[in-house]
Amino acid sequence: MSAEQLAFYFFASLTLISALLVVCMQNLVRSIFLFFVTIFSLAAMFVFALADFIAVTEVVVYVGGVLVLMLFAFMLSNKELLSGLQNIAGGFKFTHLAGLLICGGMLFLLVSAISAADVVNLSWIKNGQAISENDNTIHQIGIHTMTRYLLPFEVVSVFLMMALIGAAHLSRRERRS
Amino acid sequence: MIPLSHFMIISAALFCIGLFAVLTKRNAIQILIGIEFMINAAILNFVAAGRFDRVAGGGQMFALFAIVLAAAGVAVALAIILNVYKHFRTINPDKIDTLKN
Repeated sequence: MSAEQLAFYFFASLTLISALLVVCMQNLVRSIFLFFVTIFSLAAMFVFALADFIAVTEVVVYVGGVLVLMLFAFMLSNKELLSGLQNIAGGFKFTHLAGLLICGGMLFLLVSAISAADVVNLSWIKNGQAISENDNTIHQIGIHTMTRYLLPFEVVSVFLMMALIGAAHLSRRERRS
Repeated sequence: MIPLSHFMIISAALFCIGLFAVLTKRNAIQILIGIEFMINAAILNFVAAGRFDRVAGGGQMFALFAIVLAAAGVAVALAIILNVYKHFRTINPDKIDTLKN
């Protein structure tokens, strides 16, 4: 087993274990901070798929934006929530069993579909031109953004502005008259 | 070089963890985290398949767009959660069961 594979499986298991802990943790603050670990190891896995720019963007957007927002919303909305959450700890409810069954079924379905699809031998993957380690992907992404994917780029820009206005409108203080 | 199917199996597992969080959690923020896991599983698939698409670069470009959409979605969802908290004094989705007021 080469060093690349070793590192890849290390980060993969780190991703899955920390994601499981995020889901199972009763303390919400801890689970939000564990979300950091998941995002970082996921970004490391993007690097193994030769997408370094995506990895950096993921870290910047999630750690810089999403996590701060989540912590902010949590601080503004908890008060009695934290104590309430810790009291429920340990109880195993029917919804958990049902959720576990649905997720296990979904996982089985997805894994069997992936193994049935035999993705490694698809023609476009076998014959297509793969990105090599020496390629400058940032250069490529810059060119693609302004040529082939200009329309999706503009649509995303407009969507981002709509989301900005919508979020600002939703979270404004209502005027009492 | 890691085979594509390993990426896909890991992203399938991450998707199922996110689905479990969405189905069972009783806190809107944790449900949001579950949705983020599901979106990130999709992004991992995009990126892993995009490695074999050097000419068009579709995988990486749409992974970027998906990250942007996820961030925008989180911003709006958290604004909604704060509003819900202001109305109901709770963010447990089981207890938010009225449409009036």
